[in-house]
Amino acid sequence: MAFLIIDRRQESRNKSAVNRQRFVRRFRRHIKEAVADAVNRRSITDTDRGDEISIPRKDISEPVFRHGAGGHQRRVLPGNKEFVTGDRIKRPPGGGGGSGRGKASNTGEGMDDFVFELTRQEFLDFMFEDLELPNLVKKQLKETDTFRFQKGGYTKVGIPARLNVLQSFKSAHARRIALSGAIKREMTELREELASLGEPPSSPERARDIKNELDRLERRLNHIPFLDDFDLRYNNLIQQPLPTSNAVMFCLMDVSGSMTQEIKDLAKRFFILLHLFLKQTYKKIDIVFLRHHTVASEVDEDEFFYSRETGGTVVSSVLKLMRDIIHDRYPTSDWNIYAAQASDGENWQDDSPIARDLLVNSILPLVQYFAYVEISEHTEQALWRAYEEVLEKHSDCFAMKRVTSAADIYPVFHELFKKKAQ
Amino acid sequence: MTERVPIAEGSEWTFELLERFEQEISRIARGYRLDTYPNQIEIITAEQMMDRYSSIGMPLGYHHWSLGKQFLSTEQHYRRGHMGLAYELVINSNPCIAYLMEENTLAMQALVIAHACFGHNSFFKSNYVFRTWTDASAIVNYLLFARNYIAECEERYGLDATESLLDSCHALMNYGVDRFRRPRAISAEDEKRRQDEREAFLQQQVNDLWRTVPKKAPHHEERWPKFPKEPQENLLYFIEKNAPLLEPWEREVVRIVRKIAQYFYPQRQTKVMNEGWATFWHYNLLNTLYDEGLVSDGFMFEILQSHTNVTYQPDFDSPWFSGLNPYTLGFSMFNDIRRICEHPTAEDREWFPDLAGRDWLDAVHHAMENFKDESFILQYLSPTIIRDLKLFSIVDDDWEKEIEVSAIHDDQGYRRIREGLSDQYNLSKQEPNIQVHEVDLRGNRSITLRHIQHDRIPLDKEDAKAVMKHLHALWRFDVRLESIQDGKVTASYVCDDESVRRLAGDAIA
Repeated sequence: MAFLIIDRRQESRNKSAVNRQRFVRRFRRHIKEAVADAVNRRSITDTDRGDEISIPRKDISEPVFRHGAGGHQRRVLPGNKEFVTGDRIKRPPGGGGGSGRGKASNTGEGMDDFVFELTRQEFLDFMFEDLELPNLVKKQLKETDTFRFQKGGYTKVGIPARLNVLQSFKSAHARRIALSGAIKREMTELREELASLGEPPSSPERARDIKNELDRLERRLNHIPFLDDFDLRYNNLIQQPLPTSNAVMFCLMDVSGSMTQEIKDLAKRFFILLHLFLKQTYKKIDIVFLRHHTVASEVDEDEFFYSRETGGTVVSSVLKLMRDIIHDRYPTSDWNIYAAQASDGENWQDDSPIARDLLVNSILPLVQYFAYVEISEHTEQALWRAYEEVLEKHSDCFAMKRVTSAADIYPVFHELFKKKAQ
Repeated sequence: MTERVPIAEGSEWTFELLERFEQEISRIARGYRLDTYPNQIEIITAEQMMDRYSSIGMPLGYHHWSLGKQFLSTEQHYRRGHMGLAYELVINSNPCIAYLMEENTLAMQALVIAHACFGHNSFFKSNYVFRTWTDASAIVNYLLFARNYIAECEERYGLDATESLLDSCHALMNYGVDRFRRPRAISAEDEKRRQDEREAFLQQQVNDLWRTVPKKAPHHEERWPKFPKEPQENLLYFIEKNAPLLEPWEREVVRIVRKIAQYFYPQRQTKVMNEGWATFWHYNLLNTLYDEGLVSDGFMFEILQSHTNVTYQPDFDSPWFSGLNPYTLGFSMFNDIRRICEHPTAEDREWFPDLAGRDWLDAVHHAMENFKDESFILQYLSPTIIRDLKLFSIVDDDWEKEIEVSAIHDDQGYRRIREGLSDQYNLSKQEPNIQVHEVDLRGNRSITLRHIQHDRIPLDKEDAKAVMKHLHALWRFDVRLESIQDGKVTASYVCDDESVRRLAGDAIA
């Protein structure tokens, strides 16, 4: 009997990818809600991954006409143990149907949620959908002084290091075929003629001529070089201008005595979101952690989030430090600069105007965007009021929001970076 | 018989070994008169199996979100280890395509070849339901045609329009089959050739039907013939031919869904028989291999273990219970037919006088070829099996306080259990009986469906309402559904323009 075994293992494995996309497309709204929910639920350390998304099953069910519970239903079941005909059994709890429900739910689907996994990238895409980095364009268009080399075919001249052996041999092979073809054809004809003369040859002179000619052709054939200079091919590299893709993110945080660990956790969530968001756009991001109480210092990540200080608060100290670091290490011609400041809003009374002026005069001109998040349940403080004045004049590159609980973080983030209608 | 060496030791499979097994099993199968389509065995990975699985075994389907949903849930369950993947998938086509997973051991591959390539394959080729209702040689081409056509529609009329049209068709898919009339053979080429012709013609025909301009309340009451004259059970067919406002391409999509529903209909009618037959044969074929000394003891142990798992039937009160296992029921029944032929008891002689002492191979072939699940059970479910599975029958009546045990495995109960179980596999009883009753040709063009209710069993209300919306999306005038019990309307569902608008408003708000 005819049969065939086919190995399909190498073939595409994502036949369902399109259908999966269709599914995601159809339930965009649900998935977005679930993503926002997941972002708030997550522990701070693992924001950067995909997640399980659940959608209420009733929203994605495909209805068909089917029997409901009720009426007079009969059913045959296996595994009788003690029943005899005429026995009466209490209805199992859970609706009038119970075990007598016919095949009402033959797909085995309960009413729990439909759960599936979003990949990390999909998750992030949903998370940052309709958000944008403000003021990004101007840097990218202007800065084209960095280049990247990209493969672009082959050339006939080049340095030995870029020799492409395969292409060289291919062209050598082609050349040899082209040059030797005519000679070989001629030799074949002569040999045939020689053979037709017989042995011993009927015409010895002609036989001698043919042999001489064959020798001559043989020599010519041998002179065709195996590899010639002009066979050589080199990988061609072309320069591609590369837009500046360097970004630096400044994380500014108040660590004075009034900042509790919970407040710092909230701040950290915000910083992590910002970092992830920047990573969507930039390949490489520097992060600078600056913390302050009455004086500011640059610290590493651990210290930034977990060490605890006491004492008062002078916000201008950290702004000064930031300004200095920008001047020293991050020239604005090369870097897109973003800053996020988190604080509980407490500041030494006289410092707030200073901080405001510093921000307006020395920082905002340098950065793409500066976001201030106040984590506080109290009423507005001096710093907030001072910053409000900044907001009035510089709403294009400055934004501020208040946060009171973890659930606010993502919505506030969303608000801060929402795409602005032109 | 001379002692023969096993084909292979160890559990790794190779292509040569698969070929060897196919040949040996094929030889044995011929001895048992299994008539099959040529086999095409395709080796695939687990991921590919998930793909195949979620396209309900269609080698190529059109794209739709519901298949994506299927895929996601398969993937999720598989990842979490909630379920293993099927070892095989087999498609009713000519050649018969069977997918084997590369993860399977050699013994499993042999089992799967026997099960799918000879069991299911011969069932597809010889069972009368498949012979009557499907055309194995045309299906792959037809599916390809369907996919291309739908892709074209998506391009021309937009993803959303096509998707929601398919949603509506899917909701009525179970009512897209001719239960009693033999359908016309499908062929991709004919479809394409006739398509333009048909589009034009169809549109014209529909227009004829609706040419009469609706008049305002006619005073002289002349009797118009009722339309349709007879109730129509194939809702999708009726819509394709008669829905007033469908575009030609939409009619074509309705037709595609209807044809695919028709192709799968036999599978739904023969679950028990098909799986039972395939299980019966993998069991017999591999045991014969073992008797001939072609496979080792270890090999056979693995086969038997897997066989036992497949045919395990949890009791009704077990947490694993999810209905009768078609493998168990089907396998026991075919096995039992053989037993009755070979070793009949006095009881068997009384119940199956024709079977007792007959050639068992003739008997099982006859049973496989000429029945579908409901009739197979009604004909062959023996007291032995009822006792073995300890089947019992219950009556759940919402007018009674308690559930009553109406029959158990005793002399008075056998027949009632047999009839009850047969009903359980009767699709026309399991699915609500809904037919097109009347279309108001002269008035508001509304369509009325009737649900003929039996035993007061109602429709599931939520789903019925949702399906009515889909029906409205296709018919585009008022749609009405009435449940009728003993001539009285017990429930009715209406979906008119007004309610659709209201719902759309809700969705926006």
